[in-house]
Amino acid sequence: MGIATSDKPLLARVKESEQDKFMQASVAKAQDAQHTKREDSRALLGNWEEWRELGEQIRQRAIAYLPDYLEEFSNNVDKNGGDVFFADTEADAVDYIQKIVKETGAKKLVKSKSMVTTEIDMDKQLLALNKGLALMETDLAEFILQKDNWDEPTHIVFPTLHKNRDQVREIFMKLGYEGDNDPEHLARFARKYLREYFLQADLGVTGCNFAVADTGMINLVTNEGNADLTMAIPKTQIVVMGMERIVPTMADAEVLDNLLCRSAVGQKLTSYVTFAGQQVAGETDGPENFHVVIVDNRRSEALGTQFQSILQCIRCGACINVCPVYRHIGGHGYGSIYPGPIGAVLSPILGGYEKFGELPYASSLCGACTETCPVKIPLHKLLIQHRMVYTDRLKMQGGLNNFMMEVIGIGTGFPFLFRSAIRFGRPGLRTMAHKTDRLTALNFIKDEPLVDKGPGLVGGWADVRDLPIPPKHKESFRSWFADHKQQQKLAQAQKDNSSDK
Amino acid sequence: MKVVIFSTCVVDLEFPNVGKAMVEVLERFGCDCYLPSDQICCGQPTYNSGYEKGTQRTFRNQVDALLSVESDYIVGPAGSCVAMLREYPELLKDDPEYLGKARILAAKTYEFSQFLWRILGVENAGAELNGKATYHRSCHMTRLLGEAESPYALLEHVKGLEMVPLANAHDCCGFGGTFSAKEPEISKQMVDEKVRHIEETGAEILVSCDPGCLMNIGGRFNRLGKPIKIMHLAEVLNSNVDERRITYLKQMPV
Ligand code: SF4
Repeated sequence: MGIATSDKPLLARVKESEQDKFMQASVAKAQDAQHTKREDSRALLGNWEEWRELGEQIRQRAIAYLPDYLEEFSNNVDKNGGDVFFADTEADAVDYIQKIVKETGAKKLVKSKSMVTTEIDMDKQLLALNKGLALMETDLAEFILQKDNWDEPTHIVFPTLHKNRDQVREIFMKLGYEGDNDPEHLARFARKYLREYFLQADLGVTGCNFAVADTGMINLVTNEGNADLTMAIPKTQIVVMGMERIVPTMADAEVLDNLLCRSAVGQKLTSYVTFAGQQVAGETDGPENFHVVIVDNRRSEALGTQFQSILQCIRCGACINVCPVYRHIGGHGYGSIYPGPIGAVLSPILGGYEKFGELPYASSLCGACTETCPVKIPLHKLLIQHRMVYTDRLKMQGGLNNFMMEVIGIGTGFPFLFRSAIRFGRPGLRTMAHKTDRLTALNFIKDEPLVDKGPGLVGGWADVRDLPIPPKHKESFRSWFADHKQQQKLAQAQKDNSSDK
Repeated sequence: MKVVIFSTCVVDLEFPNVGKAMVEVLERFGCDCYLPSDQICCGQPTYNSGYEKGTQRTFRNQVDALLSVESDYIVGPAGSCVAMLREYPELLKDDPEYLGKARILAAKTYEFSQFLWRILGVENAGAELNGKATYHRSCHMTRLLGEAESPYALLEHVKGLEMVPLANAHDCCGFGGTFSAKEPEISKQMVDEKVRHIEETGAEILVSCDPGCLMNIGGRFNRLGKPIKIMHLAEVLNSNVDERRITYLKQMPV
């Protein structure tokens, strides 16, 4: 399925999410809790805005010179004895990984969290290709999803945000768990279960938070330590990374780790912040065979376009955590493994407008995402840019809403048309208005018919809210102002007159 | 001081009281107000929906209209629309004829509360309003215009008015211009949460500096049959004014 998590249209997904009261409550709770933690941890830096600017500059530079940094990184991995593979498409990436599975004869694969492997659908494809292969997600949340029959993630940092502890307990009971729903007990069970598996693993697959160009190392940021075990135990390690994960130097990585940890989970640093790579002479652990798969998968299509800045993203999920739309429709509502504002910008690029062209409209453009993004991606502006691309297609399709927008466009372009809208808005909307006895929003709703139904966009508004019909023309602001000025003039004239006498 | 009123299409079409109150308050503080009749709309409805080319005409018309009267300042009763005018230099950057004018426009345009507080230095506008109120901060006014203080500062001095804080004030009310009409299923859930938070404050009056949000939240309150009084800040500051109460800031805000 690639990045899609659903075949249903947006509206159907939204309605399903609305039914899922548990998910909504849990998202709201998580957002509110993260709000405090995130803002507090950022405030500790004392000059958060300057850190953001630095982060933006580092990421902009990395993306502007992406080919050079990728080459530098690749040369350094090579020098240390590792291998780098550039995968153009998801199929290329999976083929290469499959080749290594075959060559090493791997039987037990351990994985730490990686959104890119979800994007390229690696797990299911490898399992289908290799009958004898066992594969284990070792990030707690990903482990839960896997054991729940490969449920889809609904958040890029908290993939199981939609599940509660009772649901997790039920999933674990199928694995032999007998305890209660206490998260600590549940986690202890998972740790024991996974630890045994780890010790026998012969192939590790990790994601990558940052790939450091000038050392050829990869940087992983976790709280569970599972990524470190994934790198330490198996002899062979495959790192799968999006091509934009690159940073020029270790010093840059340090800045970005600071931004990432605070933005993602509200911690100064997570429990484990690791820099690792190919095992070199004198080291006792780490992979003897180290492969890095650098995935393009349409990312390069954003290069040099109005969407280039989206490649700055460090996948902290802060934009998701502040998004009021995500708050209600959840990850499922977006229908992409990349939900929220980052998902609404990224999904049409990676997955096409056909599937995801509507996502950029599922935003009130409130700008909370832009305000919080630690690398200053103008997310809400990119959503508008997507709408611009998409409306060109809508124009070809026609449709009532498109027609209405064209009319609004013309009406707001010519003063005489707008003046007639002020004059005729009342009789116009009057035809869609009905007498009701609702009059509770004082100083706004008047004792007059209300617009409560209508075609197209009027209907969209009126399905949810009452709209008073515009005031009579002589009671409009402009008429009042003209009168008011007239009276001021008269008063002034009288004053001048009387002072003349 | 000559002030051009940027009325906004929402006030022209739905909120005559807001325009009136704003003019009366500004006149009280010595502003000579003008309302150029060719002005229409800041262009957000179409621009934000992705109709970029069509909106260029709206932008240019607005620039010409608002600059058609020579003035010291341009003042509007909507944080969101004012934020849009401030973006005109960016939006018209490829239009050599209009870029310069857009810069002049953006540099002298202010939202009503920030003009009163930051430019005129008003501390107490002399108003009195008895009741319990909460304030809805609009997303565009706070985040795009960057104005988070002036309404609160002015409300603090309204005699008889008890202000109560609104939980999750940073969350959008679900208006979002055409979003509210295009994605009603999502917008409804957002505005319902906002209604719930407002109800929880126990306030009987909802104040805001953005008529769009008021139209959304007020319209939803009414649909649900829940009581609320909707007021723009200008209406609050124009209530039962006693000019003897007027005070000015000793130090201008930075
Ligand atoms: S877009 Fe910004 S806020 Fe959102 S995940 Fe990426 S870096 Fe974080």
